[in-house]
Amino acid sequence: MCSSKGNSLSTNPAIYNRAHHAFAVFTACATLVVITAGALVTSNDAGLSVPDWPTSFGYLVKVPQFVGGVRYEWSHRMVAGTLVSLTLAIAVWTLLVERRRWLRWLAIGAFCTVIAQAILGGLTVLLFQPPWISTAHATVAQTFFCIAVSIALFTGKKWVEEVPRVEFDSRRPSLITLTLLSILVLYLQLILGGMFRHHGMSWWPHVLNAVTVSFVLAWTAVRAISVYSNIEAVRRPAIIMLSLLITQLCLGFTAFLTRVAWGRDTAQPELPMVVSTVAHVAVGALLLATTVVLAIQVWRHVPVAFAERVPQAQRNASPA
Amino acid sequence: MNKKTSWMVAASMLALCALLLTMACNKQSNTEQSSNNMSQTTATAPVATPIDPATVATVNGTVKFDGAAPKAAKIDMSQDPACKGMNEAEAIVVDNGDLANVFVYVKDGLGSRTFDVPKNEVVLDQSGCKYHPHVLGVMAGQTVQIKNDDQTTHNIHPTPKDNREWNESQPPAAAPLEKNFAREEIMLPVKCNQHPWMKMYMNVVKSPFYAVTDKSGKYEIKGLPPGDYTIAFVHEKLGEQDQKVTVGPKDTKTVDQSFKAAGE
Repeated sequence: MCSSKGNSLSTNPAIYNRAHHAFAVFTACATLVVITAGALVTSNDAGLSVPDWPTSFGYLVKVPQFVGGVRYEWSHRMVAGTLVSLTLAIAVWTLLVERRRWLRWLAIGAFCTVIAQAILGGLTVLLFQPPWISTAHATVAQTFFCIAVSIALFTGKKWVEEVPRVEFDSRRPSLITLTLLSILVLYLQLILGGMFRHHGMSWWPHVLNAVTVSFVLAWTAVRAISVYSNIEAVRRPAIIMLSLLITQLCLGFTAFLTRVAWGRDTAQPELPMVVSTVAHVAVGALLLATTVVLAIQVWRHVPVAFAERVPQAQRNASPA
Repeated sequence: MNKKTSWMVAASMLALCALLLTMACNKQSNTEQSSNNMSQTTATAPVATPIDPATVATVNGTVKFDGAAPKAAKIDMSQDPACKGMNEAEAIVVDNGDLANVFVYVKDGLGSRTFDVPKNEVVLDQSGCKYHPHVLGVMAGQTVQIKNDDQTTHNIHPTPKDNREWNESQPPAAAPLEKNFAREEIMLPVKCNQHPWMKMYMNVVKSPFYAVTDKSGKYEIKGLPPGDYTIAFVHEKLGEQDQKVTVGPKDTKTVDQSFKAAGE
């Protein structure tokens, strides 16, 4: 069942603004840099090397002696501060140029999220890294990354100007259900990983849930690639998601070896552990964002074939 | 999303931010309050039970490590030029079978006796980007003076279970920090988040009857009133072992102890 009509996300009036889109892409890339910088802080056990917040050693912006853990924590704070400015800029820019009301609200939501994230970062420092606050900080970081990537997607030329190719999904479970389930298990995995990383939980729930994540994501990707390979907007993120999943599993295994199996009695964080765990966090963020993009594209291109989703023209043509 | 709903969402986000800020402020004032309470408790401590110096006994001994000592983990201090070169961790320090850094204290047998908190402070020094000593004993309420002899900034961060947690930085040539711990706590970890290899253990006890084994594994606890005691030997990696001992007036008893490698 094919149609050229999109859903509500694409039927709002929109004008492609190249500079706005480029800035949104830049903000999303900057978010990944901040997440990587944050992962470096945790992996180097440098989270409390700057004991005060929102100032750093009593100053808002003054480069301290750039040694030891301070290098990671102070740099993380500076790039995070820059990201807050970028987010404010993209929110204001979106309010000024964007005609889609829901996208304006998404931009405002992005700014609120980055502020909440900054407050969580501060609480982590002031309350000496309680596992659940540090985990919330890690989780909101990746949520913000997903929002930033979504804004970049929604402002892109393809999204704005292209008439989406739509195929109704009559399989059960539907592809949209699978993508939403993928996001859910990835979030659970993110929380379990965060709790382990911040010493609030053992490693085994994270490793156990990795099996569930692999199964659900592989199922989703295989369904998307095999059934909807003709829709590029679905096929591409599905392939990327599968590739990232395989990479992430390898990185997870390496991180387990370097941290849990071999790193138990080390005197300090060692380079193989730092590299593998930071890469594991960064690829994890990319995997979640790719899954969110896939879910959005599936929602746009492969809606569920409920009666109310049947295009208006077909409904009008049906007998009363 | 209609206009009313939009405003409600915006108001909710603002309320969430305000709530988080309030929580942070409350937590801080709570910890300050509990800290003040601890000081008051210390100030109103009961008068010490007198001990007859003519009858006091001594317990001493040597702590050994059975089996092959594990190789000390290497420390790479290259991330801070002020710390200079390679070094070794002090998790398990064994010399000819003698085990250093074991905290030995009278765990049980003192009953309801109370003891004056010493006026002199215990010194914890940061030098060569390591803590000296690696294991320290102190009485609850006694002042710990923390010095920084390095040309780099350290941060001192105890992570207690029963005492108040704090985290303060100390630049080079800064005045010593003076701190105390209100509650008894054994093997309280202290670390520096700027130099992740810097770790030491503070042992907060209620009596003055404690010691830390030196490089030759020896310890000595003096001034014990005659009685039946449980002596605890605690090591940061190897755990705790206890021994019962009875000392009479003016006795000198030798109580040796040995630890095995974990898993043996």
